[in-house]
Amino acid sequence: MYVAVKGGERAIDAAHEWLAHERRGDRAVPELSVAQIREQMSLAVNRVMAEGSLYDPDLAALAIKQARGDLIEAVFLLRAYRTTLPRIGTSRPVDTGTMRCDRRVSATFKDAPGGQVLGPTFDYTHRLLDFKLAAEGEVPQPPSGTPDTTPKPHITGFLGRDDLIQDEPASDEVPPDLTREPLEFPAGRALRLQALTRGDEGFVLGMAYSTQRGYGRNHAFVGELRIGTVEVEMEIPELGFDICIGEVVLTECETVNQFKGSKVEPPQFTRGYGLVFGQTERKAISMALVDRALRAEELGEENTGAPAQDEEFVLAHSDNIQATGFLEHIKLPHYVDFQSEMELVRRMRREAAAQGDVVAGQKEAAE
Amino acid sequence: MTPLLQVDGLTKRYGARLGCGDVSFDLYPGEVMGIVGESGSGKSTLLSCLAGHLAPDAGRVVFDTRAEGARDVLTMSEPERRMLGRTDWAFVHQHARDGLRMGVSAGANVGERLMAVGARHYGDIREQAVDWLGRVEIPADRVDDRPRAFSGGMQQRLQIARNLVTGPRLVFMDEPTGGLDVSVQARLLDLLRGLVREMGLSAIIVTHDLAVVRLLADRLMVMKDGRVVEAGLTDQVLDDPQHGYTQLLVSSVLLV
Amino acid sequence: MSVQTAMDEAQVDQAQADRASTDQAGTGRHDPAYNFAYLDEQTKRMIRRALLKALAIPGYQVPFASREMPMPYGWGTGGVQVTAACLEPDDVLKVIDQGADDTTNAVSIRKFFQRTAGVAVTEATGEASLIQTRHRIPETPLTEGQILVYQVPIPEPLRFLEPRETETRKMHALEEYGLMHVKLYEDIAHNGAISTAYAYPVKVEGRYVMDPSPIPKFDNPRLESPAIQLFGAGREQRIYALPPYCRVESLDFEDHPFEASKADHDCDLCGCGDSYLDEVIVDDEGGRMFVCSDTDFCATRRALGHAGRLSGEALA
Repeated sequence: MYVAVKGGERAIDAAHEWLAHERRGDRAVPELSVAQIREQMSLAVNRVMAEGSLYDPDLAALAIKQARGDLIEAVFLLRAYRTTLPRIGTSRPVDTGTMRCDRRVSATFKDAPGGQVLGPTFDYTHRLLDFKLAAEGEVPQPPSGTPDTTPKPHITGFLGRDDLIQDEPASDEVPPDLTREPLEFPAGRALRLQALTRGDEGFVLGMAYSTQRGYGRNHAFVGELRIGTVEVEMEIPELGFDICIGEVVLTECETVNQFKGSKVEPPQFTRGYGLVFGQTERKAISMALVDRALRAEELGEENTGAPAQDEEFVLAHSDNIQATGFLEHIKLPHYVDFQSEMELVRRMRREAAAQGDVVAGQKEAAE
Repeated sequence: MTPLLQVDGLTKRYGARLGCGDVSFDLYPGEVMGIVGESGSGKSTLLSCLAGHLAPDAGRVVFDTRAEGARDVLTMSEPERRMLGRTDWAFVHQHARDGLRMGVSAGANVGERLMAVGARHYGDIREQAVDWLGRVEIPADRVDDRPRAFSGGMQQRLQIARNLVTGPRLVFMDEPTGGLDVSVQARLLDLLRGLVREMGLSAIIVTHDLAVVRLLADRLMVMKDGRVVEAGLTDQVLDDPQHGYTQLLVSSVLLV
Repeated sequence: MSVQTAMDEAQVDQAQADRASTDQAGTGRHDPAYNFAYLDEQTKRMIRRALLKALAIPGYQVPFASREMPMPYGWGTGGVQVTAACLEPDDVLKVIDQGADDTTNAVSIRKFFQRTAGVAVTEATGEASLIQTRHRIPETPLTEGQILVYQVPIPEPLRFLEPRETETRKMHALEEYGLMHVKLYEDIAHNGAISTAYAYPVKVEGRYVMDPSPIPKFDNPRLESPAIQLFGAGREQRIYALPPYCRVESLDFEDHPFEASKADHDCDLCGCGDSYLDEVIVDDEGGRMFVCSDTDFCATRRALGHAGRLSGEALA
């Protein structure tokens, strides 16, 4: 009986065997390949890459397979792997202005140079279960027409030209690295954006939603949302110039938010910014709203005490790997602490009972 | 006699707007200074600058410290200023909830300042807390209750007890009776007057209520648009106001 | 006087040798897919710098760039990183959780280092050069040269009084610890006693207030030790330390002094009267037994012939 309390190596090994068995499921059903996941579960792959802070669709797909589809577990696998990778160098900042857009929409203008491109979106689908997908062998037609790959100007650039939106001066400053330095507060905007782009999609969405419902409202319009491919360039010291080392798909969202101004400064719109790996537009829009909410102090707005305006609150709780680990650790044995607490409660109860006896005794004596 | 506090050319701007401009005065031990003016006159800005809650743009605030004599508070290090804030200085907020810990008992609220300066005997701390609750007319059996369960007047009296328990030499008060019912105000004023006399406290009281200064303050400064427009003995200023604005203030009170 | 010191040293050695089946020699080889002890050398250097700073300022929480480890946050990532930064190939490692070597998480972490560092492992406290622990300090007194690494969930002792990191750092910097005593005052006012049973806050060298990690307060007196004690909080990115013989006082009031309490029983297996005990429910009627939480300590005593109330019964 006593042995049962102690876990032991055998129990762990047995659990791992069982887990592997469950992961495979019914042997009569063909096994999923990593390529299948990468190609057909691409939005899950994108989310895992974004929150895992590692752009590698094959590894992300493998992680999803190994994690039995638990995306946070998959993110965790990717992050742990990322820790072991040597850091060879740093890329140049990507230029989203040169993006080959699959999708590009603006909510602030009916049309603009470059046009509105819907791209592969769920937006106007009717959410009706498509039972044809349950039947096998269905191959949809490839999209007709040739994609327009010409670079499209940023919508906020048009506003900037007329000084209608606040300027964000470019800087050559090396941004801090959340994965190489401890997070300290107050955190600058660069650090906040890093934390948000790898933050849990559900958390960032919830924070963004709260700003729309009045907890730190900032009147956001989607100035532009673009999804597409950009080249990643790296300067090779031996060569003395930049070369392209690959391509990544990114989602970028720029919001145009409530204007500010004063008697001395004419009013200007303000900005929120979201940039996320892969096609992840819910996350990118959420990120832009939360980024803007976190700029309240910088822009001289009243701090209404809203959670989304609270840098410490948002940044300390956005990471799902930290959150899930700490949350789930309460399953680990805590019996030593519980024992100590139980002894204390017992002792305090004994003392309370003894006092009760004294009081009762005094009463009796008085009677 | 050395002044307890010497204020010289204190100025605070909010962008183009003047918070308070070129304010100078001396406060002597045992003296109570009233600062009156309507809202936006700069009196609260001045108080915040004096108490070190707000950094002024110019000026000096020299306090006669126990250990080292006259020191400019504004050039003190943060730890020194904080130490002053929990020993020789006290600050009574307009809203008791800003000056109390609403989540802990009345006893702990009073005891905190004692513990912050090193008191480590539970029985003694509690005894002093109960004693102070008595002095501000809070029954001893409320010592373990949280301030949330107290009336507004009681919360304010608790805040006063919490501030005075370490025997400060200078008390800043920001509209100490604001937001209370008239009958409650009268009782609190009475209590404050008793404590100020009994402890020989020096105090700076910001208020828009002339009745408060008439009862408590020895001297008076009248502020308008960030500047001191008139200063003098309280009775003199109230009975024979020289500045047009002061006259208006006094007459509007008399009209009531 | 502790029971341990009453034992003849040679006897203890023999008893531990008898139980040596739990020890495994180092293979001297680690999984070639990873650097020695998993972390790359740069990261280890960064952690060592933080450790040195922590030892230089006892009780001060040093921020460090915690890495994502292959075990979840909250499961000892801080301790694992500290251990990885300290391990050398000839170290002998012991890992305990709740005082026991065979609890699941202890087994898992021990296996991790066997695989990634190829070091020798032991269950004998006296044999280990480095001990990683969760929630306990071993009963057997530690000695000079040993390192005890604690896994820390929440390093900030003021966290549940003040949730904001910017505020708590200021409070430490300015030594403003009044709030800590407000909490203890409230405990006594409402419960008649200080109602903290574990993670009981301490003041280090008269300066920093420190969370000793969730050890039962019974263990607090042993925080003053000849060994080096290192605390790692991975998720919270903090490292702190107690150098050997550092002064560590548990916070209290003069008239409500700190008390290192435990269950009022002897160990039912080894009969020890002053070790920390686990309470084990043994049947449906709520029957209980009390056994040492430190499994190595208890087994060593039993090997020496000490017996408790139930040691005659067939338990194992």
